[in-house]
Amino acid sequence: MTDRRLTISREVDAAIRAHGQQTYPHECCGALVGRDGRVAATVPLPNTTEEGPRRRFLVRPSDYREAEQQATRLGGELVGFYHSHPDHPARPSQYDLDHAWPTFAYIIVAVAEGAAKEMTVWFLQEDRSSFDEGTLHHGENTDSHSASAVHR
Amino acid sequence: MAKILIPTPLRPYTDKQDAVEASGATIGELLADLTRQHSGLKAHLYNEQGKLRSFVNVYINDEDIRYLQKENTPVHAGDTVSIIPSVAGGAPTAEDVSRVRAEPELTGDEYKRYSRHLIMPEVGLDGQKKLKASKVLCIGAGGLGSPVAMYLAAAGVGTLGIVDFDTVDFSNLQRQILHGTPDVGRPKLASAKDRLNALNPNVHVETYETALTSENALKLFEPYDVIVDGTDNFPTRYLVNDACVLLGKPNAYGSIFRFEGQASVFATKEGPCYRCLYPEPPPPGLVPSCAEGGVLGVLPGLLGVIQATEAIKLILGVGEPLIGRFLIVDALRMKFRELKLRKDPDCPVCGTHPTVTTLIDYEQFCGVKPAADQASATSHQPPATNMEITPTELKQRLDRGDKLQIIDVREPHEYQINRIPGSTLIPLGDIPKRANELDPDAELVMQCKSGVRSGKAADFLRSQGFKHVLNLKGGILAWIDQVDPTQPKY
Repeated sequence: MTDRRLTISREVDAAIRAHGQQTYPHECCGALVGRDGRVAATVPLPNTTEEGPRRRFLVRPSDYREAEQQATRLGGELVGFYHSHPDHPARPSQYDLDHAWPTFAYIIVAVAEGAAKEMTVWFLQEDRSSFDEGTLHHGENTDSHSASAVHR
Repeated sequence: MAKILIPTPLRPYTDKQDAVEASGATIGELLADLTRQHSGLKAHLYNEQGKLRSFVNVYINDEDIRYLQKENTPVHAGDTVSIIPSVAGGAPTAEDVSRVRAEPELTGDEYKRYSRHLIMPEVGLDGQKKLKASKVLCIGAGGLGSPVAMYLAAAGVGTLGIVDFDTVDFSNLQRQILHGTPDVGRPKLASAKDRLNALNPNVHVETYETALTSENALKLFEPYDVIVDGTDNFPTRYLVNDACVLLGKPNAYGSIFRFEGQASVFATKEGPCYRCLYPEPPPPGLVPSCAEGGVLGVLPGLLGVIQATEAIKLILGVGEPLIGRFLIVDALRMKFRELKLRKDPDCPVCGTHPTVTTLIDYEQFCGVKPAADQASATSHQPPATNMEITPTELKQRLDRGDKLQIIDVREPHEYQINRIPGSTLIPLGDIPKRANELDPDAELVMQCKSGVRSGKAADFLRSQGFKHVLNLKGGILAWIDQVDPTQPKY
């Protein structure tokens, strides 16, 4: 499962960065919608953590369902989630690992002093022991049928 | 049989099906049957202890089983059970810093320097690298901050931050071992930096010559893994606590007074914070500071070393930190007692529904200064000035022959060191029972070391009907400065 790629459009890249800057110094979070390793749209979600939003995010089950429905409406499926690390590197924490779901792509954007910086993507290893870092590709256009359907 | 809806990330384990059938009389049995059929699900649904993971939500016909009978919730034929993810995560906290930050290599010199650590299984090379990668912030370079900073530097903590804005005074040297006699008059940070660099040049010492405030605390704490509270006053103590809770950083807490000390680790994810223990500060002046009440010089050594130990344990992730435990040290009897502390779900800052979500005005919270809306042009001396007298005014009135009775409310051992001629010694604690010795119509001047205790005595006497009670502003220390420099200060 190593060397996994995730392709994101320029709009998706910009949307994640903008969301991270908007919620700074708190963490932002949202769903990634697409298909087959391509992200075509994001669904920004409220951060409902009760443990201090500067260091934590939580997507409630009700919001998860909402995101899933949104994905279906857009003609894609949930391929993962993104969140920001305010003033911290774009590396997953132990907490990220403890709460990770398999197969999902986890995009992390570092937001330093309010400005979005490095963006990385991670996939949980099958035995839950750690994450594998994937590679983020910036696709100009989405070329698959299903993905273009979700492209806004 | 019931239908179980499978969320996207788990479908690879159910042959891509988004719904599967399983049987069981309860949710627990149903999920057991599910994981029997699709064994790959088990590791993601259950933790090592066999409990459902916290981010796995199970709904039966749209009701969360947490609000029903949890895993004992009965399942009937035709029910629909959904597994719905919560998605959680976040930036690293101190507890997992070592996994995330690139671990630095040790130099040849460092191998020699830390050899007694390296041969301990609880530290070892990995632990020493964690220490080198770690960042600890000491609030204060005084009694507690001195041993904390020195031992953490010696132990090889990579970055040591210190916040202080004071200069070294002779009265510090009895306990603040970061500073020496030649340092008197220098900024504490300057002498601290010299001392720590000499002790271990591998440590990066970061100094912040500022008072810790609600405006700068979050920014100052942000880069650090552990905060060590070595403050000597309540407003800063609450400020450190709240900032640690808001940022999710552990607070290795210590405090000292005379022969007694306290230590704990606050503001960890699972444990209580200082406010769980003390939701409200004590009334101003009730708890004397070390400057008023004194402190045994070695006591901050004892407590500071406990704080440094806790900081190192948090960084290494070993042992049992003082989380949820409140250690009380009585150096006179040399007894260590421990109280159990619980996280208060109603805690205003770390509880389930916090009311304090940003840093507040802590001087006001602790009653040290009036609320902004009632603050006038007055300075931070609470009593009105017509209830005070300055040492110079007192001297003039005494020289004029005014009939004033000076009541010194300090302790007898303080009275031995210095006194205002003609004063009467009645220690603060004896004032209530000896108030009848005083003439309610006479003009009284209450006096102590710096004016705090005598202010309380004056308030008490006024409440008892004494009409002419003045407080000597600045106490005997100000008297020595303004009137009689021949007397020793302490």
